[in-house]
Amino acid sequence: MDNFITSLLGENILTFVLVTVPVIAFVAVFALYAVLGERKISAWMQNRVGPNRVGKGGVLQTIIDGLKLIQKEFVSPIRADKYIFNLAPIIVFTAAFMGFAVIPFSSIFIGADLNLGLFYFFAITSLGVIGLMIAGWSSNNKYSLYGAVRSVSQIVSYEIPTALAAIPVVMLAGSLSMQTIIHEQAGGILNWYIFGGPGAISKLILFPFMLTSAVILFISTLAETNRTPFDIVEADSEIVAGVHIEYSGMKFAMFFFAEYAQMFAVAAIVSTLFLGGWQSPFGDLIPFLNNPWIQFGWAISKGLLLVFVQIWLRWTLPRLRVDQLMTVCWKFLIPITLIDLFIIGLYAVL
Amino acid sequence: MPELTTILFYIFAFITVGFAIIVVSTKNVMYSAVSLFMSLFGIAALFLLLRADFLALTQVMVYIGGILVLLIFGIMLTTKITDAEIKTNNLSYIPAAFFTTGIFVILIFVLYTTKWNQKTPIQNEETISQIGKALLSSYVLPFEIASIVLLVALVGAIMFSRKK
Amino acid sequence: MFSDYGQIFVFMLVAIAFVLVAFISAIILSPRKPNISKDATYECGEDTVGDTWLRFNFRFYVVALIFIIFDVEIIFLFPWAVVFKELGMFAFLEMVVFLFILILGFVYAWAKGDLVWDKPSPIIPKLDRQIFKAD
Repeated sequence: MDNFITSLLGENILTFVLVTVPVIAFVAVFALYAVLGERKISAWMQNRVGPNRVGKGGVLQTIIDGLKLIQKEFVSPIRADKYIFNLAPIIVFTAAFMGFAVIPFSSIFIGADLNLGLFYFFAITSLGVIGLMIAGWSSNNKYSLYGAVRSVSQIVSYEIPTALAAIPVVMLAGSLSMQTIIHEQAGGILNWYIFGGPGAISKLILFPFMLTSAVILFISTLAETNRTPFDIVEADSEIVAGVHIEYSGMKFAMFFFAEYAQMFAVAAIVSTLFLGGWQSPFGDLIPFLNNPWIQFGWAISKGLLLVFVQIWLRWTLPRLRVDQLMTVCWKFLIPITLIDLFIIGLYAVL
Repeated sequence: MPELTTILFYIFAFITVGFAIIVVSTKNVMYSAVSLFMSLFGIAALFLLLRADFLALTQVMVYIGGILVLLIFGIMLTTKITDAEIKTNNLSYIPAAFFTTGIFVILIFVLYTTKWNQKTPIQNEETISQIGKALLSSYVLPFEIASIVLLVALVGAIMFSRKK
Repeated sequence: MFSDYGQIFVFMLVAIAFVLVAFISAIILSPRKPNISKDATYECGEDTVGDTWLRFNFRFYVVALIFIIFDVEIIFLFPWAVVFKELGMFAFLEMVVFLFILILGFVYAWAKGDLVWDKPSPIIPKLDRQIFKAD
């Protein structure tokens, strides 16, 4: 446990709860403002104004939306299976939030620095699939069920390239602990794993392969979070809203929260593995920027940058078809990651 | 006041066994699947209490993220099921009771007659590198055979699914 | 390690508590006026016909099956990736053999066409003459 909270208060149950407070506060604020950000960015890309009525320039828009959702009736459709129907949002949100436990925000703040951190992240995100599945089943709606089957087959397929693209970093770092992986990348931008990690200048020959891995990791995490161009799960022109269709009010808000939380979580994973996480890009040139409190800024801004790319892609690319989706995953991403794995392994072992 | 780990053990054991009972006793297949989810989760927590963190996460990843997904897929894909027919059949109590009692007796017998190797709990925290080293040195053959087993499973699964 | 997983457990409890607090506050604050059309299954304004559980394309199931095999393979890859640098060339070759055997199965599935999904075949009407003539 390397938390400033723990070092202040020692290890007891109160500390355990306190450690989660900044994380859940971050998730809540991020989710609210990412929605606003998404609307503003899409408006900007489409030459519109976007929300601008509530607060100055619309800054309070999503807070108002949240307050509205909280007042909405707690509807469970007659034909739905009530228990499972209400359980599904809990599972989806819990799985998304538990992923945050291993995301390093700074060298002095991480929920839990497991020595299996990365593996834990993959395991826990696969829990969310169960939530989506039972949501689709219990809604007892054709669109929901189609959405669920689509989303599950998509998410499980893309779990493979996600893991395979992350493994090169594990191979070079020799650890699954998120903090160790970041500590390995100390000393400036050229030591980030996207440039082959720390080592002699010859490691730069790894750059094309690491870049491929990073891009594939980004693409497949995009699919894992059901973002466009992989949003056939909630393709509104085909199956209305997929598994979300019967959900309204606060139950829908939980799915929404989970989706946006996951956007940041996967962005943080990509930045941790390949972009140095909370490391300053200047290394030791400007020692001030390695301050543990400034590291929060680095971690979050790298995450937000990748979230911006996700949003950018959403408003740029059209949606893939199911067959294209599967072809991309099985016939392109998986073989490429396997070749990448082989080459990087060969380099590491020689 | 018992230790915290002991309390947690009983909580998770209760979750595991309780939901396992629901899995076999409920009449709705989907409730079985959800209970199985909770039960497998409880097992993962029990592994953690035994300090087998890699095993626990593998449990979550393979059993919950893989096999349970396949099970629920199976339920969803089964055609011609309506609310009435998606029920398990709780027939043949007597043979089932007979067999399970038999197995229970055998297991208890094995439990009490085996000379268990008592080992002090391993304090080393890094289980994964130990597993990796063991897998690549002492257990090379099982490791490679595992890949052949997986290959057979893959081909078999494809063959089965192709039969319409 | 123990306290770390304890922390994870607390994360889980906090997440569940967060959802429950949101639900309970919604239940307290929201009105409760159920009616038949509100609680009916949504199908774009139509009444639903027949069962919800329809036959799916079998490929979804095949994909899930292949996924499990690969999932297990990845489980083996993680411990290998952590230690293979210490163990050197031999460990690397072991994994190459392991993956090769699995890739055989993958290639088999690929060659036999189990990874091919039905492509849409839109019927594009052909015209005998050009409607818009270029100037």
